Amino acid sequence: MPTITYVEPGGAQHTLTLPLGATLMEGAVQNDVKGILAECGGSCMCATCHVYIDEEFLDLLPDIEEEEAEMLEGTTAERRPNSRLGCQVRVSNKLDGLIVRIPDRQ
Amino acid sequence: MTGQVVIVGSGHAGFQAAASLREEGFAGGITLVSADDGLPSQKPPLSKGFLQGKQTEESLLFRVPAWYETNAVTLRLGVRVVQIDPLGSQLKTETGDAIPYTHLILATGAANRPLPCPGADDVLYLRNLADARRIGARLEQARRVAIVGGGFIGLELAAVAAENRKTVTVVEAGSRLMERVLPPVLSGVFRRVHEQQGVQIRLNTVAQCIEKQNESYSIQLSDGQTVAADLVLAGIGVIPETNLAQAAGLVCDNGIVVNEYGQTSVSNIYAVGDCANQYNPFARRRLRLESVQNAVDQAKTAAKHLMGEAHPYRVVPWFWTHQYHLKLQMAGISAGYDQFSVAGNPETDTFSVYYYADGQLIAVDSLNRPGDHLKARKLLEAGSCLPAHSER
Repeated sequence: MPTITYVEPGGAQHTLTLPLGATLMEGAVQNDVKGILAECGGSCMCATCHVYIDEEFLDLLPDIEEEEAEMLEGTTAERRPNSRLGCQVRVSNKLDGLIVRIPDRQ
Repeated sequence: MTGQVVIVGSGHAGFQAAASLREEGFAGGITLVSADDGLPSQKPPLSKGFLQGKQTEESLLFRVPAWYETNAVTLRLGVRVVQIDPLGSQLKTETGDAIPYTHLILATGAANRPLPCPGADDVLYLRNLADARRIGARLEQARRVAIVGGGFIGLELAAVAAENRKTVTVVEAGSRLMERVLPPVLSGVFRRVHEQQGVQIRLNTVAQCIEKQNESYSIQLSDGQTVAADLVLAGIGVIPETNLAQAAGLVCDNGIVVNEYGQTSVSNIYAVGDCANQYNPFARRRLRLESVQNAVDQAKTAAKHLMGEAHPYRVVPWFWTHQYHLKLQMAGISAGYDQFSVAGNPETDTFSVYYYADGQLIAVDSLNRPGDHLKARKLLEAGSCLPAHSER
């Protein structure tokens, strides 16, 4: 099972082993990583699971679909080239070692 | 701060109250009591991703099981509370146990309104995970599915059934779908898409009686026709769970009446979520909301207040439904609008409806326009008063 490191807005790190197929949002919320709200529970409805992805893993992620792109336009924290919604990225073996940074506002 | 907080109900509101109390630094005991016997988990996917097989039970959990121990939240699951004793500050359970509290948070939710027609004993309703498992198992076996109620839950179930190639009929008493909350233009889109997917929509019609014949059902409709089905589901609204509160003498009126902090008429008892009736500044009246957003935000407000921080509840209400490719996001409360404008393209199912009352924007419904929805929530939050006919 892949290991993902979350960095909270305050700098605290959580390294978690997540089941394949879990989303980055679920992994964070279920393990009480702070900074991700996920108000809609992972339905790509609220844009409150905004995360910044470690650059070197960006190409390994699934493409951003139109819906996610539009939601990313409305995030509270600055949208960057490595912005994603945590609910739209599922954990796979090739993402082992991924570092996910959480913005200070959702 | 210390003491014993007891929370009744493990849905979104009940769980959030526990989580927020710990986040706010509450150092006393927290007990979460629920008649449901599973770990607290999300409800919206039950009528969507879970029934579609896209989301597992594990993925629905609010927190991993270890969280409750780490955070000293005592779970008493499968335990039914039968009485609140406000003077003695304790609860009684079905098995005769007493649970003392210094503060009580009622997150008892709402129960499905039962279908009021003869022969409805076998009808299934969706409220919790156990219901969803039961419906999922029966759906697999069924060829023909009849759904009474053309609201959010009924139509989400219809969409799942139609995508599974079932023969689906929706029976709705109103003159259009989701009539209570949507304008005609949106009801029309959902009707068209359901019909394109093969769903039979019967409007202005009620089920008068259900006859069981071997393993199938024949539903007599008020228009004289009958519908044959292997499975009958109903989603015709809910009744707030106020029995405990009423018996304890708490003021109730379409839900448990609470102030802007979530306090009931007894100051150390709070009520949050679907069961609570509260003044809503965005609706400009008292109401009871049935939504995840409201459950979560009311719970946060109550937890803060209990910790001595008085922030009146003021969050833009928002809701969503997902059926086929249609993702509808609603911000604000549109009831009482006197003007509306449409932006986008209704022909391609991508548009937003902006509602105004007295020239002020009060709500926005966005169909497959998530960017509009997020902007709308910010505008409503800021109390924006856009002119009614502005171009955007």
